[in-house]
Parts: sequence; structure tokens; C-alpha cells
Amino acid sequence: MTDRWRSSLEKICIPIGALVAALALFGLFCALAGANPFGVYYSIYRAAFGSWSSFQNTLIQASPLMLSALCTALPARLGLVIIGNEGALVMGGLAAVAGGLTLSGAGAPVLGVQLGMALAGMAAGGIWIAIVGALRHYRAVNETISSLLMNYIAIAFLNHMVNGPMKDPSSLNKPSSYPIPEIDMLGTLPGSRVHYGLVLGLIACGLAYFLIQRTTFGFAARTAGGNVRAARVAGLPVGKLTLAICFLGGACAGLAGMVEVAAVHGRANESLNANYGYGGVLVAFIARHNPLAASLVALLLGGILASGGILQRSHGLPDATVMVFQGIVFLSVLYSDSLYGKLPIFKPRPARPRPPVATATAV
Amino acid sequence: MRNPTFQVTRRQAIRGLLATGAFGLSLKLGACSGSPSASGGGSPLVAGFIYVGPKDDYGYNQAHAEGRASLDGIEGLKTVEEASVPETNAVQETMRSMIDIDGASAIFATSFGYFDPHVLAMAKEFPEVQFFHCGGLYQEGVHPENVGSYFGYIDEAQYVAGIVAAHASSSKRLGFIAAKPIPQVLRNVNSFTLGARTVDPTITTQVIFTGDWADPVREAEAANSMADQGIDVLTCHVDSPKVVIETAERRGIFSSGYHANQAELAPKGYLTGAEWDWSNVYKNYIAQMQAGKTLMNGGIPHLVRGGFKEGFLKLSPYGPAVTAEAQQAADAAKTQLASGELVIYKGEIKDNIGKTVIAGGKELGQTAVELEQMNWLAEGVQGSVG
Repeated sequence: MTDRWRSSLEKICIPIGALVAALALFGLFCALAGANPFGVYYSIYRAAFGSWSSFQNTLIQASPLMLSALCTALPARLGLVIIGNEGALVMGGLAAVAGGLTLSGAGAPVLGVQLGMALAGMAAGGIWIAIVGALRHYRAVNETISSLLMNYIAIAFLNHMVNGPMKDPSSLNKPSSYPIPEIDMLGTLPGSRVHYGLVLGLIACGLAYFLIQRTTFGFAARTAGGNVRAARVAGLPVGKLTLAICFLGGACAGLAGMVEVAAVHGRANESLNANYGYGGVLVAFIARHNPLAASLVALLLGGILASGGILQRSHGLPDATVMVFQGIVFLSVLYSDSLYGKLPIFKPRPARPRPPVATATAV
Repeated sequence: MRNPTFQVTRRQAIRGLLATGAFGLSLKLGACSGSPSASGGGSPLVAGFIYVGPKDDYGYNQAHAEGRASLDGIEGLKTVEEASVPETNAVQETMRSMIDIDGASAIFATSFGYFDPHVLAMAKEFPEVQFFHCGGLYQEGVHPENVGSYFGYIDEAQYVAGIVAAHASSSKRLGFIAAKPIPQVLRNVNSFTLGARTVDPTITTQVIFTGDWADPVREAEAANSMADQGIDVLTCHVDSPKVVIETAERRGIFSSGYHANQAELAPKGYLTGAEWDWSNVYKNYIAQMQAGKTLMNGGIPHLVRGGFKEGFLKLSPYGPAVTAEAQQAADAAKTQLASGELVIYKGEIKDNIGKTVIAGGKELGQTAVELEQMNWLAEGVQGSVG
């Protein structure tokens, strides 16, 4: 009983302790930069979670990160470290625009166009990362390096397409594709300015969790992730698993790209490449590749990003301050992971010697 | 037996949940008043400035931040600014926050990519707030009436910088490191080259497109390869010229700046630079607003553009390597540009594949639509837009 209580307390105290330590360190940094740390704390809280309006900002910043994080989190369960989120996101956005323009040009209904955009985005992102999986499985190419390099290819491809075949001639100084008709854009959730990307992100995180933890497919993937040889011996189709899970991960990032295009930009151009991919990698690692935790970590990161502006405007801190804050929080949360089971206060006490009578009755 | 992974995931989930909650809570406990209050004395005009990169980038953003800084001390004005705001819906949130929290009634969105859809969306939502966008994209009847746009004809300054570069070059080969082959950039490349070729018609400009507004690695590679080829003056059109100017100095060749003053990065080789002078533009806008004029009541024009004449541009002070003769020629050109005597795009002008792009006797003034759609490189430029 007491041991269980101790272990629950450990799970509560360590992350809180990590955050408090991070805030203290960050406060020190602010003090050195000439700002009042307590004023800064209050401002961060106010800007990120303080009111419904500012919390919406946090949600807006968090939603692309949730989807993008799954591109790293899902393959990680199979033991693959994939950081091609940015590329998959860009390819997804590009394909979504191509699909959306084709469908709306053909006179498809709004829902059809949106569905088409989502499917096109997911397919493009999925195939993009599946290529990485295939290179890994069939040619033993390191998936981290290949996915990183594929990002550059995707961005170059985006620039080529919006500068050439897909260019809207009226977009002179910022080459862009033709815009998606206003009517086919994704709207915002009722009563808020948060777009449907948040819902898609939450659903995707939930589904990914279910897939990995509650299905035979997920079990097979985790097994292969634990020991590829053992999985092969057990007759698991490792190649198919690799391709499938890479496709799913990429599809999530592709969907993030579609959301950016269909809910925010309305067209494809260089603004698509806004580092949501790399943010997603960070989220996935902090969440230890757990899809449910990823949605919460995305929220935390979204809150931090949302507070970036107030640090500059109210406290005169440099624009990089928010990155420093993010770095400190994440380093300290990651470090705190290594403290589980190490702090004597949370260690289970050895069983007390019991009176001989008790021993007798127990046996 | 329990599935061990379930435990891990639940722990993770709980921890994440607590982390998010505790984050807010722990901050609330440490709260003390930090809310910004408007400085007393009536209600000041609050103007918000948004930059896409850091304020000290020796480039595009620094030029705007210097313009903003020139407003300090104006009675009845409060400015707020935010740097490194990406061209995503983050910039919409920044504008909203400046309006809601800081009470801004004028927003200066300085990055080209902020306009569509971000500025347009916010302008619709806040019809009483004035949005000024740097880029000259406003179209009458298409865009909301509380949107204004401003931009400068900085190719005038590049033309003069080309004259200075031509005087300094002994190899008669100049280098131009450019981000993207878009009209605005091509116009600078062409004006720089046309300026240089007024001094010596045999001068050529090698242009390299890096493909990105900020790609320091490729900019450095381009600068080094140009120095290797024997090019002896470098200039550029990228967001931050820092790397190009520093590389030129290290390689012992001359450089000509862009956006802001980079003289301190290259004390020996810096010749001059084509700089924005946003301070005039911003002071002018503020004065008009303080006089009660707005975009909505027609007091402030929706589209404001200008060159040397209107005070939108300046040249960096001439460096030590600039001869008296060069200074004289440059100053003369600058005066003529300001007075309107000198027109840069005056036929006949051929492109670099021998086609006549501006017929003989034809003059294209700075406002000409043809120049906005430029898709060619002038004779003497080595490179291609493709």
C-alpha cells in the first residue's frame, strides 16, 4: 500500500520538480538579462493559459505539432528514428493543394474537396516516409540520415513546383500555387478561432495510441521494435510492418501539411516550411514516443511558443528567449526521466521483519 | 499479469497531464503584477511592429527595427515590437495580442509573406485597426480599406552602388548573391549591373541564386566560389547580408551592402550599401495618424512607394576604398535619380541572351508595371532566371 503510494507520488513529484527547476533556471536567465523573473512567470502564464483567448493561441500553436510528432513517434515504436517530418509535411501540403485544386476545378462538393485534400496529403506524406522505410528495410540505409536528407529534397521540390508547374502567375514576388477556393477551406471550431486541425490531431493521437497498444498490428510492431531478429524468427513480416508504420507516420505529417494549407495558408508556398516538422521531433522525443503523451507535450510546447511574444513586448527580452525557455524546460524534463527509482525517498522500503506468528499463518 | 507497457504509457500520460497543469499552477503561485500599463497622459497611440527575423540581423529586419527605433521619444506614441515571428498563423496571434493586450491601433507587418492571408484576415476581423504592410501589395477594391502598403524602389540605391563597385573593381567582374529569381530581386541585379556598366561597358556581374532568403551556408559557398573566380566586388539580396560581407572581407575583396549598414563587418573592403530608410516612412505615418488621418477616412494613402526623392533609401557612408572620383560619380547619379532626371530603365536595353526587352527611346519610370513583372537579366549579367 505505502509502496504504491510512494510510486504515485514519485510520478507526480518528479515532473513538477523538473518544471520548477526549469523555471528557476529560466528565472535566473531572465534576471541576468535584466527582467524581473516573477513578472516574467506571470506573463508566461497569462499568455499561454491565462484566459480562453490566450489558451486558444496555445491550442493553435499545438495542433500542427501533434500531427507532426506522430511521424517520429509511430516509427519509433518499431525502433526507427525518423526525422523526416518536415519533408512529409511539405509533401502533404503540396499534394493537398494539387488535389484540392483538381477536385474543386471538377466541381466536387465542399466536403468532397476537403476529404480529397486530406487523402492526397496523407498519401503523399505517407509515401514520402514509406520510401525512407523501404530504403531502411531493403537497402539498409540509415533511416535518420535518409529522412533528414529527404526533407531538403521535399523543400526543393516545393520550391520547384510553386516556381514552375503550379505557379500562379499573379504571385510575383512570393511564388505560390493557385489558391484553394475560400469555400473549400477548413473552418474553425464553433465559438473559437482554433481550426479543425486540433480535432484531427487529437483523433490521430488517440488512434495511434490504440493502434500501438491495443491491436495485434501494434503488438507486432512493438515486438519488431524490441528485437528485429526475434520478430523474424517468430515469423512476423518485418518488411511489411516497417513500410506500414512508416506510411502511417508520414500520413500524419502529411495531414498536418494539408491542415496548414486548407486551414491557414490557402495555397502552397515557402511558408509551408515553418519548422513544425522539427518541433514535432522534439515533441515525440519528450513524450517518449507515446502518442497520448505527445498530445499533451504538444500543448506544453504550444503554450511556450504562445508566450514568446509577451516576453519580447512586456519585458524587453530578446526574441531568442522563448527558445532558451523551451530548451531549459525540455532538457530538465528529459533529465528528470533518469531520476525514476533513484531518489531514496521514493524507494520502496524493504519489507519489515514480521513476527513469527504472522509467518506461520501466512504459510 | 499486467502488460508492462501499459504502465509506462499511463505513467507518461499522467506525467504529461500534470506537467501541463503544474506549469500553469506553479506560475500562478509565483505571480506578481507584471501587467503592462499604458504610460499616463491620455491614451497614447500604440503601434505594433512585427519582424520575421531577429532585430540585429544586419539586414532586412534590422532596417525595419532601426526605423521603429527612430520613433522613440515621440510624444503620445507607444510602440511595441516582436521579432522572429514566422509567416504562419503565429503572426495572426501576434497581431491579435498586440491589439487586445497592448491596445495597438496600428500594426506594421514588415515581412512580405505576412500579407496574404494573415494581414488580410486580421484586417477583416479588426476593421478599426490600421494595418500597414511592407511590400506594396495593396490593390484598390480587392483588399480591405484598413490595409495600407508601403515599399521602396531600392534598385535606385543598387544602381548607385553599382557605379561605386565599378570604380573599385580591377578585374571588371562583379558578383551578386541573390535569394530567388523573383521580379524584386532581378530588378536589383539589373540596376546594379546597369549602374556599373555606365562606368565601363565591359563589366559583367555574375549572379548566383541560393534559393532561400536565409541560407548562410550556401551564401558563404557562393561568396567563396566567386572570390576564387577572380570576382572582386560582392553584393547580395538575401535577408541577412552578414555572411556575404564577412566572407568577402576575409577573402580580401570588396563588398557592397544591402538592407542595412554592414560597414562594421568589413572595415577594409566595404564600399557602400543600398539601405532602406524606414525612419522617414514610419515618422510620416505616425504624424499623419496623430493628426487624425486614417486609411479608412482617406487621409492616408493606401499605397506609399518611393525612392531617393521621397527619402525611402540611403547609401551607407563610403568606405575607405572608395576614390574621390567614384564618390563624385555616385553622388551625381544619386542627385539625378532624386530629381527624376535619370531613369534607370531607359531603352534600348537588351537582356543577357540578346533580346531587346526595352525598345530604344522608351523610358520605364519607377512606377511602371513592366518593372514589377521583370523576368529577365540585363546584358552583362551572367546567370539565368530559369
